[in-house]
Amino acid sequence: MNNQSIEFIMAGRRQRRRRWILVTSLLAALACLLCCAMLLLGSTIYPVSDVIRALTGEHLKGVSFAVNTIRLPRMLAGLFAGFAFGLAGYTFQTMLRNPLANPNVIGITSGSSAAAVFCIIILHASGAIVSIASVIAGLATVLLIYILSKGKTFSVGRLILIGIGIQAMLDAVISYLLLVSAQQDIPAALRWLTGSLNGSGMQELPPLIITVIVLAPIVIVLGQHLSILELGEQSASSLGVDTNKTRVLLILSSVCMIAMATATTGPIAFVSFLSGPIAKRLAGAGFSGVIPAGLVGVNLVLASDLIGQFAFEYRFPVGIITGLLGAPYLIFLLIRMNRRGEL
Amino acid sequence: MKPTHIFQAEQVIAGHDHKTVIKGVSLVIPSNKISVIIGANGCGKSTLLKTLARLIKPASGTITLDGRSIGKIPPKQLARILGLLPQSPVVPEGISVADLVGRGRFPHQSWLSGWTKKDTEAVAEAMRIMDITELANHNIDELSGGQRQRVWIAMALAQQTDILFLDEPTTFLDITYQIEILDLLTDLNRKYGTTIVMVLHDINLSARYADHIFALYQGELLAEGEPSKVITSTLVKDIFGLDCTVIKDPVSGSPLVLPKGRHHVSGLND
Repeated sequence: MNNQSIEFIMAGRRQRRRRWILVTSLLAALACLLCCAMLLLGSTIYPVSDVIRALTGEHLKGVSFAVNTIRLPRMLAGLFAGFAFGLAGYTFQTMLRNPLANPNVIGITSGSSAAAVFCIIILHASGAIVSIASVIAGLATVLLIYILSKGKTFSVGRLILIGIGIQAMLDAVISYLLLVSAQQDIPAALRWLTGSLNGSGMQELPPLIITVIVLAPIVIVLGQHLSILELGEQSASSLGVDTNKTRVLLILSSVCMIAMATATTGPIAFVSFLSGPIAKRLAGAGFSGVIPAGLVGVNLVLASDLIGQFAFEYRFPVGIITGLLGAPYLIFLLIRMNRRGEL
Repeated sequence: MKPTHIFQAEQVIAGHDHKTVIKGVSLVIPSNKISVIIGANGCGKSTLLKTLARLIKPASGTITLDGRSIGKIPPKQLARILGLLPQSPVVPEGISVADLVGRGRFPHQSWLSGWTKKDTEAVAEAMRIMDITELANHNIDELSGGQRQRVWIAMALAQQTDILFLDEPTTFLDITYQIEILDLLTDLNRKYGTTIVMVLHDINLSARYADHIFALYQGELLAEGEPSKVITSTLVKDIFGLDCTVIKDPVSGSPLVLPKGRHHVSGLND
C-alpha cells in the first residue's frame, strides 16, 4: 500500500518533470534554429558553407561584412537581451506574485532606457558610461517605486499602479530627450521607445554578454528559493529562506541584466511581460520556470525580429512586433484579473 | 518518536509598526505535547506565535531552542526543527498538490543534491497522514477549503520538523472539517510525538484538544496549565470579558464554556 502510494506520487512527478525537460529542450532547439536563421537570412542569402567560413574567420568579400558585422551582433544582441528580459520578467512576476509586476510595466526598463538616451544623445557618451548609468537608473527606479508604494503596509497593487505612473513619466522624458536632440532620426527614436536590434555593433555587446553570463546562473540557482518565496513571506521564512537576502540578490541580478539589455537594444516591448506566463503555461508550474522563461524571451525576440525584417514590405524594429503580441495579452490579463477581483 | 526539545521565551517584548503587542512574555513550551494559545481578538496570540517562529524579531527578550538563540541558528537548520503554518498561506497558481507538498522539503535540500528518494518518501508519508494521496496529481485550484487546509498541513509535515506551529488552522472551515483537522493533529502528536503549538479561536475546542493552555490578555500571559485547571469562569471573564458557566464536557470530560448572554438564560445559577 505504502509503496503503491509512493509509486503513484512518483509517477505524477516524473510525468511533470518529463514535460518540463521536453518543453525546455524544445525551446532551446527552437532558439538554436532562430539563431541560425538570423545568420543565414538577410537581403542576400549566402550559402551555409560561406556563412560558416566567414564566422570562423576566413575573409570572404561581402559575406564577412554581412555576417560578422551586421547579422552576428544582431543575433547575439537578441539572444542575450531576450534571455535577460525573460529571466528578469519571470523573477519579478513570481516574486511579487502578479503577472503585471514586471520590469516592462512598472517602469524599470523605461528608467534604464531614459538614462541610456540621456547619456548617448545629450552627453554623447558611449560604452561603460551608458551601461553604468542604465544600471544605476534601473536600480533607482526600483528603489523609488518601492519607497513610494511602501506606505504603512506593503501592497503589490499599489506598487504596480505607482510603477505604471513612473513608467509614463519616464517615457515622456525619453520622448522629450529624443525631440530636443539635434539628431532626431526615426530609427534611433524607435530603438529607445520600443526596442530594436538595428545598429547593435559588436563593440557594444561585451557588457551585456558578460553580465548575463555572470548573473543568469545566480538567478537560475536561486530559482528554487524563488518558488518558495512564491508561497508568501511567512511560509518562505518558516521553510528556512532568508527572504530579505534572497529578494535583494534576485532584484540586483535581474535589474543589472535588464539594464544592460536595455542599454544595448532599448526596452524591447513586452518581452519581460510575456515570457514568464508563456513559460509557465508550457512547462507547468511545479518546477522552476527561470530557464524556460529565459528561453521564451530569446525565442520571442529572435522570432519577432525575423518577422519584423522579412514579413512586411517595410522593415519594422523588433519592439513593434513584440508590442503587437503583448498589448492584446495585457488587455486579456486586465479583463481576467478584474473579473476575478484581483485588481 | 520525535526527540525532546527545550523551547523557551524569556521576557519577550515584540510588536509591529512601532506598536508593542507582546509585553513581556516568558514561557516554556511543553515538549511532545499539544499547546494552544487562547485569548480575545487583538490580544497578541498570532504575534506571539510569529515571534516564537522568528517571523517577527522581538524588541527585547530571548527565545531559545535547546539553549541556542533562534536568531542565531541558520534559517535552514532551524527549519528542519521548527515549522509554521501561517493563517492564510499564499496559493501559487496552477501547481499540483504533490508539488506543493514537495516544497516543504526545501530545508532538507541543497541545489546540488536535488530531489532524492527521501524527499518522495517524506511527501508520500505526509500525504498519507493527511489522507490526500489520491489528490496528488490534482491542481490545487480545484480543491475545497477543507482539502486545501489538509494540503497545507501536509506541506508542513513533509518538512518533518519536531515542532509544528499552526496559526488558526481551523478558521473558515465547517465544523466537520475543524474536528477532522484537530483529530489529525492529535494523531500526529500521539503517534510521532510532534510538539504542536497552535492558536485557536474556539475556546471549547481548545479545552478539548490541548494538553496545555496559554491564556493571553493584552499581550501578557495571564494563566497557563492543563485546560481543566486553567479554564474557569473567572479566567473567561478576565480574558474575554464574558460571563459564563463552565461545566464538564459530557463527551470529552474537558471544561466546556457556556456563555451567558442577556437573552435565553434560564435555570442555571452558580
